[in-house]
Amino acid sequence: MTIQQVFFLAVAAITLFAAVMVVSTRRIMHAALWLILALFGVAVSFALLETGFFAVVQVVVYIGAIAILIIFAVMLTRQVFLDVGPQLNRGWWIPAVLVAGLYAALVGVLSTWSGFQTQAAALPEAASDLSQFGLALVDVNAYAVPFEVASVLLLGALVGAIFVASDRKGVER
Amino acid sequence: MTFWNDPVNFIGQWLQSVLVSWGVAPDVAQIILLVLGAGILGVLGLVWVIFLIWYERKIIGRMQDRLGPNRVGPWGLFQPFADMFKIFTKEYITPDGADVVPYNLAPVLAVAGTLMIWGVIPFASTIFGADISVGVLFIIAAGAIGELGILFAGWGSNNKYALLGAFRSVAQLISYEIPMVITLLIPVMFSGSLSLQTIVQSQSLWYVLLAPVPALIFLITQIAEVGRAPFDLIEAESEIVAGFNIEYSGLKFGMFFVAEFLHAFTAALLFAVFFLGGWRGPFAEQFPLLGFVYLWIKTFAVYWFTVMIRGTVPRFRIDQMMDINWKMLTPLALVMVLVTAVVHALVRPIGSPVVSLVALLVANLVMLVITLQFIRNSARARRRPMVAPSTVVVARPEPQPTQSNPE
Amino acid sequence: MDWLYIGVFMLVAAFLPAAAITAAGFLAPKKPNKVKSSTYECGIETVGESWVQFKAQYYIFGLIFLIFDVELVLLFPWAVAYNKLTLFGIFEAVLFVLILLAGLIYAWRKGDLEWI
Repeated sequence: MTIQQVFFLAVAAITLFAAVMVVSTRRIMHAALWLILALFGVAVSFALLETGFFAVVQVVVYIGAIAILIIFAVMLTRQVFLDVGPQLNRGWWIPAVLVAGLYAALVGVLSTWSGFQTQAAALPEAASDLSQFGLALVDVNAYAVPFEVASVLLLGALVGAIFVASDRKGVER
Repeated sequence: MTFWNDPVNFIGQWLQSVLVSWGVAPDVAQIILLVLGAGILGVLGLVWVIFLIWYERKIIGRMQDRLGPNRVGPWGLFQPFADMFKIFTKEYITPDGADVVPYNLAPVLAVAGTLMIWGVIPFASTIFGADISVGVLFIIAAGAIGELGILFAGWGSNNKYALLGAFRSVAQLISYEIPMVITLLIPVMFSGSLSLQTIVQSQSLWYVLLAPVPALIFLITQIAEVGRAPFDLIEAESEIVAGFNIEYSGLKFGMFFVAEFLHAFTAALLFAVFFLGGWRGPFAEQFPLLGFVYLWIKTFAVYWFTVMIRGTVPRFRIDQMMDINWKMLTPLALVMVLVTAVVHALVRPIGSPVVSLVALLVANLVMLVITLQFIRNSARARRRPMVAPSTVVVARPEPQPTQSNPE
Repeated sequence: MDWLYIGVFMLVAAFLPAAAITAAGFLAPKKPNKVKSSTYECGIETVGESWVQFKAQYYIFGLIFLIFDVELVLLFPWAVAYNKLTLFGIFEAVLFVLILLAGLIYAWRKGDLEWI
């Protein structure tokens, strides 16, 4: 095993542990803290794969915007910051068995896939050049339509957010 | 390569040869040097704050017709050291019921979020931490981590005022991040790269000349991101108790202070890198140390300007602060990006830098005039109701909402 | 190599303030008492929970911020490629931005950009 692989396994373990803590911690704010750690672990994984753009975008969008938005949303709700009820119900073992089975099946299917045995091809030099991505975004033969559709989608999200907000104001008055 | 041309790399290579001669593997030696370099840069960044505090207190003192620190050492130079020793021996008071992990993490994240930026800044043509291909986005990501620090401070300290202050601060910081990031598109567009070193190298003509209005927007948003006057409603001493850092004491409070000063200087540094040509200047390519001096002169010019603004401009109200951002800076920055992109693309086939410069300057001037006209009209519209006779307000008991909403 | 440096520098940037705070913790006296470590609210006893409920406005601004953030992340690759683009590609981005500018103006007209 190379140093990089050891490092990757450590980061993956931390990310998974943080993800489990998100759903199992009782204090909702601690869940937000663990979520941020899990998202940061994903960013480090991107950096390990030498896709710097996605690593920083992960931090900018997920930690910088979505995590803060989630914390704002938590403060919006009624104050149930400490969950005192039981975390498991009686049927907890059914999904556990199902998930374990699904995982085993996935491992079984994927291990027969030939892609696991082959060595990854070295990335071409141009892959790290972000301008290729930019050119493809506005190329009619590539992603020009999704690019514009993304804009319309964001517009829809904005209008939806404002609609929800104005509704809330009406209720308050 | 001699020592005086490029001392940092000279010492680095000398150290590497020493390590290798001791029998250390070259790879390991390189990693040792890398860790050493990162440590030295980080320590220098933090020690630099001590000087900044003295410098700023001196300028603000003069502006307010005082002398500033002048007792300890020549020109009061050792005053920050005395303050530092005092704050090191002060007690930490942790409030009852504080959420310990975020409470203690917050000052660390606040400093780290600013210090991280220094890792990608090109100090000279050969002196820089790392020249990553996504440097601009890395700076934005570092800013996001600083915001998290403030949020943690708010909800870790078990105090309503701290929480309220943190939420107001974060609302301000995320709002001003938008026009800041929009204006950063313009240096990226001109240089065709997200790497800070490439952006500096491509500035044969300073970008502040090609895009003066976006540069001004960037400067304003940087001041707001630092949370300095006139945008210091994060910790307005004369109005609210203290904002998000009310429950902090000793060096934990000091770290927020360090983060603010370091961020103020880093903001000036970023302005110099993005719009004033960074280390570029006569003979900077041959003598990297000279480039470092140029960068420091430019940075201090910008820093001095921001301190002057801090000393002269009164504080905004929170609704004014939000209006400036969302109703002026954000639309203006978006339109400026569009205008710059279209005008520059139209005059690019001519191939003459002078034509581009003149065309972009004219476009900026036109946009500035239109903006000022808009502001004048809206200010007039707002003034008109003031002179009209107002209806008399009579106190009337209103049904209280069941849920009390602060703010 | 560059990313290794970034990782090391991030650790250093977090370690230095943490080390300073820890060192000062050893130097400083520790004499907590009931009044000293109570929540500071100008001398008045805290009423109820200190994690209070906030109004929707913060969430709305957070959401608008998120939308613009995602938009800008998509615009950065375009800006990097700007010097290689045809006029058509530039106008495509202009359209992209104008759609979002329309969203901002809509929010403005609806009065959701007012801070109350």
